[in-house]
Amino acid sequence: MIRVLYFARLREAVGTGEESLALPPGVEDVAGLTAYLRTRGPRWDEALGGGPAPVLVAVNQTVVAPRARVADGDEVAFFPPVTGG
Amino acid sequence: MRVQVRVQEQPFDAGAEVEAIARGDAGTGAVVSFVGRVRADTADAPGGPVSRLTLEHYPGMTEKALSAIVAEAQTRWELRAVTVIHRVGALAPGEAIVLAAVAGAHRAAAFAACEFIVDRLKTRAPFWKRERTAQGERWVEARAEDAQAAGRWD
Repeated sequence: MIRVLYFARLREAVGTGEESLALPPGVEDVAGLTAYLRTRGPRWDEALGGGPAPVLVAVNQTVVAPRARVADGDEVAFFPPVTGG
Repeated sequence: MRVQVRVQEQPFDAGAEVEAIARGDAGTGAVVSFVGRVRADTADAPGGPVSRLTLEHYPGMTEKALSAIVAEAQTRWELRAVTVIHRVGALAPGEAIVLAAVAGAHRAAAFAACEFIVDRLKTRAPFWKRERTAQGERWVEARAEDAQAAGRWD
């Protein structure tokens, strides 16, 4: 299982902040996981990269590139550009 | 080096934190601090004055990201103490959101490190602001100026 988190605008768009997920067959990296989640419907597709807004992804709390590996037990988070400070 | 990183809902006393950062350290000759506050009027945002700001964050990663920023500042400058406090939850205009305080032997390193920490925090720490105005609520957009400011340190 992996833990998937969504924050801010993305959390609202997909309608959940957190879920546990069995790593889908064939999914090995961030790009693969994103593509899989985008197939869930238009809201997911737009929120996770199909729309104009940029999406950042962190694996185990470090921001990574799309080719970064995702493995069982990982925590993967999707969020918009940050606006703190 | 003494490092303090805190993410909290409660207000903080910036004066007390700045006073405390170098207490008892005879080697500190300079303390530089930055306090970020909630602005009611945002020139780039329609909808009138902001009546409330709500900050969401990514518990766990936030502390990790802030600590990593402070650790990088340590590798670039000789510092004696750093305090970073960032609030989350609901804030009113005029309230302090963030404090970055840096103590060093001399002012140049303290000034530079404080600016570095704030620039990096704005582009790398997972916080998201939501504004309430008379027209409703909206997520604050990331600013290109912040990315440019942070890019100076790459």
